[in-house]
Amino acid sequence: MDALASLADGFAVALTFQNLFLALVGCFLGTIIGALPGLGPSNGVAILIPLAFSLGLDPTAALILLTSVYYGAMYGGRISSILLNIPGDEPALMTTLDGYPMAQQGRAGEALALSGVASFVGAFFATVGLVFLAPLLVKVALLFGPAEYFALFALAFATLGGISSTNQAKAAFAAALGLGIAMIGVDGQTGVPRFAFGEVHLYDGIDFLVAIVGLFALSEVFIFLEHRGDGSGEGKDAKVGIGRITPSWSLLRSTSPAMARSTVLGFIAGVLPGAGASLGSFLAYTVEKQISDKKGTFGKGDPRGVAAPEAGNNAAAGGALVPMLALGVPGSGTTAVLLAMLLALNITPGPLLFQQNPDVVWGLIAALFIANFMLLAMNIPMVGLFARVLMIPPKFLMPIVAMISFVGIYGISGSTFDLLVMVIFGVLGWVLRKLDVPLVPVILGILLGNLMEANLRRAMTISDGDWTVLFTSPLAIILWTIAVVGFVLPILVGKRIKRRMHMAEEEPGGATSVD
Amino acid sequence: MGDRLFGGIGIALAAFFIWQATTIQESFIQDPVGPKTFPIIIGIILGLSSLAILLRPDPKPDWPAVGRLAEIGAAVVVLLAYAYALPQVGFLIATAVTAAYLSWRLGTAPLYAVAAGIAISIGIYVVFHLILGLSLAKGPFGF
Repeated sequence: MDALASLADGFAVALTFQNLFLALVGCFLGTIIGALPGLGPSNGVAILIPLAFSLGLDPTAALILLTSVYYGAMYGGRISSILLNIPGDEPALMTTLDGYPMAQQGRAGEALALSGVASFVGAFFATVGLVFLAPLLVKVALLFGPAEYFALFALAFATLGGISSTNQAKAAFAAALGLGIAMIGVDGQTGVPRFAFGEVHLYDGIDFLVAIVGLFALSEVFIFLEHRGDGSGEGKDAKVGIGRITPSWSLLRSTSPAMARSTVLGFIAGVLPGAGASLGSFLAYTVEKQISDKKGTFGKGDPRGVAAPEAGNNAAAGGALVPMLALGVPGSGTTAVLLAMLLALNITPGPLLFQQNPDVVWGLIAALFIANFMLLAMNIPMVGLFARVLMIPPKFLMPIVAMISFVGIYGISGSTFDLLVMVIFGVLGWVLRKLDVPLVPVILGILLGNLMEANLRRAMTISDGDWTVLFTSPLAIILWTIAVVGFVLPILVGKRIKRRMHMAEEEPGGATSVD
Repeated sequence: MGDRLFGGIGIALAAFFIWQATTIQESFIQDPVGPKTFPIIIGIILGLSSLAILLRPDPKPDWPAVGRLAEIGAAVVVLLAYAYALPQVGFLIATAVTAAYLSWRLGTAPLYAVAAGIAISIGIYVVFHLILGLSLAKGPFGF
């Protein structure tokens, strides 16, 4: 059992005082970020990356901090779903369907505790899955040459666009826009400047951290400015009584089959590139409804309707780390942001990561286990405290978000130019969101553009300019096939799923964030 | 702006991008693909997807009324000014003013907004500079 031995080494890395402390801080911050309406895992992590970077943490420590935030945000998203009927982030959307009715019946505490346990189950078993699946995937990935990597990147864009948008053309547009932005700067292979328009600041290219913070965090501020006064952006009072905050054994027993099924579904949804936690919780809820809803209690405060999506979205959060770590291709918006973090620290994820930096990978995975227990311990007794955080109205929260975004970016480079670029990306993010263009492919394009081009050119150099090399190896053919299917299939069936997700979204209403 | 206009702008952007790509200077270092090909491929995808958006537009998004647009425009101007002001007047003052403005525009009464701006600025300064040791912009007064 190679994986278990490596995991034991990982615990040795994670169990230092500093790393435990960072995991604790990350879990706490993450839960708050997740709970606050308008801040989700991706923009929460996006704000914190530059900070972790400028604080000079070593890669393992920084990664532990940010993935704890990521897991914490997944836990926290449910709090405002249940208490306010406003999802704290998009994956928590499905939790509103049964969570809020439970709260209205005076069972908010029970719903919170149950969802805490369900989150734990989902995240814990997904992390176990990560331990075993990631090394397997690494073995496959070692067979990849430049041509296969190029196909893999194409696959990531195709499936990500295919699932995260109702409109394939807009997803393709977003990906091309991101790739185009990545082309700005000096070409790595020949040293000629491209798209720099003689501006010296652009020779280094556009820093993806600047783009991410602008697109995710600042655009949120503009959304709130736009909606001021019409109710959807305002914080409501948490009037609903919390009640008892420990779930009874009988409740746990009656919901455990739902949790088990949802964990499996969520994990699979997470591993698929591009699907992410939103799809995980959606699938978990709808499947559970099909299986268990014999008396029509779903949507009226059925505990299984709370347990299923929470287990599903947390399992998906763990599953999404598998392709990110093993292949360097993120499975969701937030893992794309985590990938940015790794690249910023000069670590290239992928099969070589497991060989060259086993301490980073396994330390991270061990830290995830620890973070899970911390989150469970933190979430059951302290849920009242987190619920109080919801009282911070956006009129104070959003200026803080904006200012911290500036602090983070300024801390990295101290450059006014980067700040200006960030504001421009904030506006761009707002416009794209209004036009229903998904932001995640843009980010992915900016992140992977140069790697994708480098692999293409390497493959061409090896084959001496013969383009058919991209489609000759069996592995490449498989990847291209999945890419084409992943892009075309959602055009045929995805509209239906997505429409149902949007219908579910319109019932509770309120601010959602990008995942 | 509906999807038709958006698609049109996208096509113009793609055309500009491809034209710029063709003007990239070749270097004496050569590889079979060169620095132009990949950007041109991207430009073509950008153009094709814009064309698809133009031909099959989604329903129009609800653009906010002119007043709201002006609101966002004003916030953008304030944030750009903040970026320029940071190194000139220092973190504390610039941040207090900007945070107060944003808080005011998000619905805080003016006096409270000033207090909120000052509190946010000092709060971030204490947490990120004094406790975490991050370097923030220094103005003429050293803070």
